Order: sequence, then C-alpha cells, then structure tokens
Amino acid sequence: MIAANLPALQVVLPLLGAVLCAFFRRGVWAWGVALLVSLTMPLIAAGLLVQVLESGTISYALGGWKPPYGIEYRIDVANAFLLLLVSLIGAVMMPYARRSVEKEIAPERQAWFYTLYLLNLCGLLGIAITGDAFNVFVFMEISSLASYGLIALGRDRRALLAAYQYLIMGTIGATFYVIGVGLLYSMTGTLNMADMASRLAGIENSRAVLTALAFLTVGISLKLALFPLHVWLPNAYAYAPSMATAFIAATATKVAVYLLLRYFFTVFGAATVYTRLPVAEIFLLLSLAAMFGASIVALFQDNVKRMLAYSSVAQIGYITLGIAIANKTGLTGGIVHLFNHALMKGALFMAIGAVFYRIGSVRIDDLAGLGKRMPITMGAFTLAGLSIIGAPGTVGFVSKWYLGLGAMENGWWWLVFLLVASSLISVVYIGRVVEVIWFRPLSNAAKGAKEPPLSMLIPTLLLCAATIYFGFDTTITAGIAGRAAEWLLAGSG
Amino acid sequence: MRLDVIFRVGAKILLPIMLLFALYVQFHGDFGPGGGFQAGVMSAAMVIFYAIIFGLETAQKVFPPRLAEIMVPAGVGIFAGVGVIGMLLGENYLNYSPLADDPAHGQEYGILLVEFGVLVTVSGTMVAIFYCFMGRGR
Repeated sequence: MIAANLPALQVVLPLLGAVLCAFFRRGVWAWGVALLVSLTMPLIAAGLLVQVLESGTISYALGGWKPPYGIEYRIDVANAFLLLLVSLIGAVMMPYARRSVEKEIAPERQAWFYTLYLLNLCGLLGIAITGDAFNVFVFMEISSLASYGLIALGRDRRALLAAYQYLIMGTIGATFYVIGVGLLYSMTGTLNMADMASRLAGIENSRAVLTALAFLTVGISLKLALFPLHVWLPNAYAYAPSMATAFIAATATKVAVYLLLRYFFTVFGAATVYTRLPVAEIFLLLSLAAMFGASIVALFQDNVKRMLAYSSVAQIGYITLGIAIANKTGLTGGIVHLFNHALMKGALFMAIGAVFYRIGSVRIDDLAGLGKRMPITMGAFTLAGLSIIGAPGTVGFVSKWYLGLGAMENGWWWLVFLLVASSLISVVYIGRVVEVIWFRPLSNAAKGAKEPPLSMLIPTLLLCAATIYFGFDTTITAGIAGRAAEWLLAGSG
Repeated sequence: MRLDVIFRVGAKILLPIMLLFALYVQFHGDFGPGGGFQAGVMSAAMVIFYAIIFGLETAQKVFPPRLAEIMVPAGVGIFAGVGVIGMLLGENYLNYSPLADDPAHGQEYGILLVEFGVLVTVSGTMVAIFYCFMGRGR
C-alpha cells in the first residue's frame, strides 16, 4: 500500500507536517516535526527513483480520477532525479536549521518558520512531481507564498521590502504562467502535460500556441531569476534568515529551471521551440549578460550574502546557457550544473549562516581574519568558493567542462573564451572574500568567534564534501544528467 | 457605537440569520452555488460584524484569537486527512469512494467533509487577518 502511494506521500507528508507545526507554540517541537519529515523525504524520493529505473515512468491518478481528466502525478527519470535532489538538500539542512533559527528568529515565530519551510518543500516537490499544467501553478503558488513568508521573517527590516518586491515579481511571473496555460488549454482542451504534447502536434505553428510559449517562458524565467528578470533575487537572498536563504537558493530556482525544460522539450518539443522562435538566441544573449553583468555587480558588494546572491544570478546564466546550446553535451552541462550549483551554493550560504551565528554580521570587513578563529567553516567556504570559480577537482569544473564541449560541438569557439573570462571574474569576487578571511588581521567583530556547533558544522561539511566528491566521480551526476538530456532532446517519446 | 441601542439590537437579530445562511450555503454547496469558501467568508463576516458593533475586546472573548490561529491549520488538516483516509482504505490519495458502501455516497461524504475543512480554514484566516489589522498600533 505504501509503495503504491509513494507519489502522493512525497507531497502529502510535508503538507501534514506543516499543519502539525502550525499547532505548536514551541519552536523545538516544530523543528522535530520538520526534521522527521525532511529525513523521510529522500527515502521516498529514492524509492520512486528505484521504481522508475526498474519499471519506467510511474503514473499516479490523484483521487482515482483517470488521466487526462484527473490530476496525474507522473514520475520519469528527470523529475525523480530532481525530487531526490530537493529532498536531500532539505534533509541535510534541517539539522542545521535549529541553532540558526533559534539565533535569528523571535521565539514566537519559530514554529511558523518551520510551517512555512514545510509548505515551501511541499510546493517544490509538487511542481516536480505533477504532470498537470494547472496543478503546477497551484504548487508554484504554495511554494512562492511560503518563500515570501520565509524571507519576510528576516531580522533586518529590509527583509520586508525584499519579500514584498519578490511578491510582486513572483505574482507577475505566476500570472504570465497561467495566461500561457490558459492559451494552451483553449487550443488543446486539456491540462495534462503529456496529453497536451500529443494534441499540440500539427498546430504548433498557430499564433496562440506561440504566444503561450512566450508567456510561459517569461513567467517561468521570472521564477528562475533569468537576467534581467532577476531583480527580486539579490535582496531576497541577502535579508532572508540564513536557513531560508540556503534552502531557497539551493532549490527554488532549480525547480523553475526544471519546469522550463519540461515545457520546452516535452510539451512543445525542441523543434517548435528552437525553430519557430529565436529562443536559443535570446537565451544565449541573456545567459551571457547574466554571467558577466551579475558577476561584475557581485564584485562591488560589501555584504557577502548579497554578493553570493548576484553570483547565483550569474550561475543561473550557466544553466540557461546549456538550454541555449541545446545539443546533448551542452544540455548535460546545464542539467548537471543545476545539481552542482545547488550543492555549492547550499554549502556557501550555510557557511555564511554559521558565520552570522557566531559574529552576527555578514559584512566583508567584519569577516577579516576569521580564518584564524573558524578555520573549518572558512575552509568549507573556500572550497565551495573554488567550486563556483570552476577549479578542476570540484563540481563547478565538471559543469563548465560539459558546457565548453557543447559549445565547441556547435562550433562556437568564442563561447569557450567567454566561459573562461566569466570564470575569471568569479575568481576576483570569491578571491576578495577569501583574501580578507585568511590574510587580514582580525577584525573587532571576529575577535570572540569560534567554530559553530557541530549540528551546523557537519551539514555544511557534508555539502562541501559532496562538491569535491562529485567533482571527481561524475558517473552519477553527469551520467543521470546525460540520460535526462538525451531523453529531453529525443522529444521525451 | 457601544451605546447605540438600534445597532446593538439590530445586530443581535441579524447575527443568527447570518450564521444560518452561512450554514445553508455550506451544505447546499454540493447541489448548487456555494461551498466551504463562501460559507467561511460569511461566518467570518459575522464575527467581524460583531466586533465592529460590540468592540474588539468583546469579540475576542467570544472568539479568541488563539481559536482563529488553530482553525487555520485545522481546516487544512481536515482536508488532507480525509484524503489520507482514502489512502488507508486502499485507494489513491483523495479518493473518497471507500468512505461508504456505495462509492457515490462515499464521494458525497468526502466532499462534505472536505468542504467543512475549507470552511474552518477560510473563516479562521479571515478572522485572523481582521484581528491582525485591528491589533495594529495598540
């Protein structure tokens, strides 16, 4: 019974957990529930992945209503992989959350924090698992509303403004998404994605379908913070509580990228997307603008979280570059970077969260000399930073390698040079922090600092170790990403 | 308005009718227009109306803020819980057919229970938002 209902449990457990958390007044109990749910999620996701690898795509009819009339949960290799990624990130971060939340959030709001976290998790997993276009919208709203709340819980008063800005931008994105889905519904009469794909055959060239594609692209691009639709992201990441930043940065944009891939390759089909509209050209241009523009802005930040947020915009540029290259190797690079970036940004934000826990500041000047006081945490930060740069032996190198190879297959030699050039900018912005941490005399703020508690240190080191491990052993990540890319380019079949 | 007799007496006559109408909309939801959301808004409007006429403190004695806060997740819990019952009885999540011997009746019971969950959450949320706004600046 449990095995057959795993797809529903993946989404229902976080929802029930959120309900339970909302009853509690004490933050610790809510944390216990959130921890239990977060640790169960990867087990369910792994169970689903095994089922998919053994016996192919799983289809689960919600409420017993047969697809395409009812809502269908549809799990294939691509989203089973994403489910595992999101739930693993949640499971690694939850033990870390307790101390960080105790420090940063008022006691009467801690239970609400975990409620919102679980709702966010539920929404993200829901987007990944569902095969229904409108159901995606519902889950998108659940996860977005929860993340507005999470961001607004930040200590800094500017968190409220950042959350409001994100709310406006996110709502515009969701509206565009619904307009796109509405147009597709009017053309095909169905909301089931697989059914939609088969009914679109023959009418791809109609203007309504192309308009739907444009609306969906813009709407989802807002959610994934594609340059220049990224303006909500830096403030949201900078002023949110550390735990919220780490979780949202590692998962939310990745799920949006997955959604874009799903629409491009399985609903519309690569042929429509790349030949009827100049999608590849637009994505190429915007990705390059993100890689350079956002990296250059990152150079001038004096708040480390804000700097990392701009770096996220740049890194999302690498992921969308894979979509623009659109051959198997390039797309593999994009998808594997989706996974890799989740690991390294998660590790960076968790290390910075640990710094905030000890010294109460994330300004670069206050970090001076911190390497002497918190060598392990700062070592983790440096390693994950090297991965952002793309140093060989880290995950960042793997994704850039595939992107470079993909660019060469297209004969775009100049793009390889641009990839290296943008990496050089990240050398400067990461290097600036690393230099301050290790080689400057101790700042006043950092004087009393020591290593964070083990419950924070171990999760950070785990993610950091993963960035190194998957930098050497690419069979799992690049292997699955390669399979997913092949499957997507084949038009999903 | 605390001393205005017409308002107070008028409100006392109207309040039970409002609740009755909310319940009518609630239980009529599976035959015609209406359902948990509309009924939830109406029953919350009743509390808000009461608070406007008799003052916030009196209203919060009748309907404590803590109750509103509990109702918000409780309704979601009812909704999700009814779905889980279907799962425990061997069907897919949100399948209400096994709730009764006859699947059609099962679906009807399921809808009624779920709509009740919606009523609880919606009215709790409306009242909680109202209390939040009224509590500002105190």
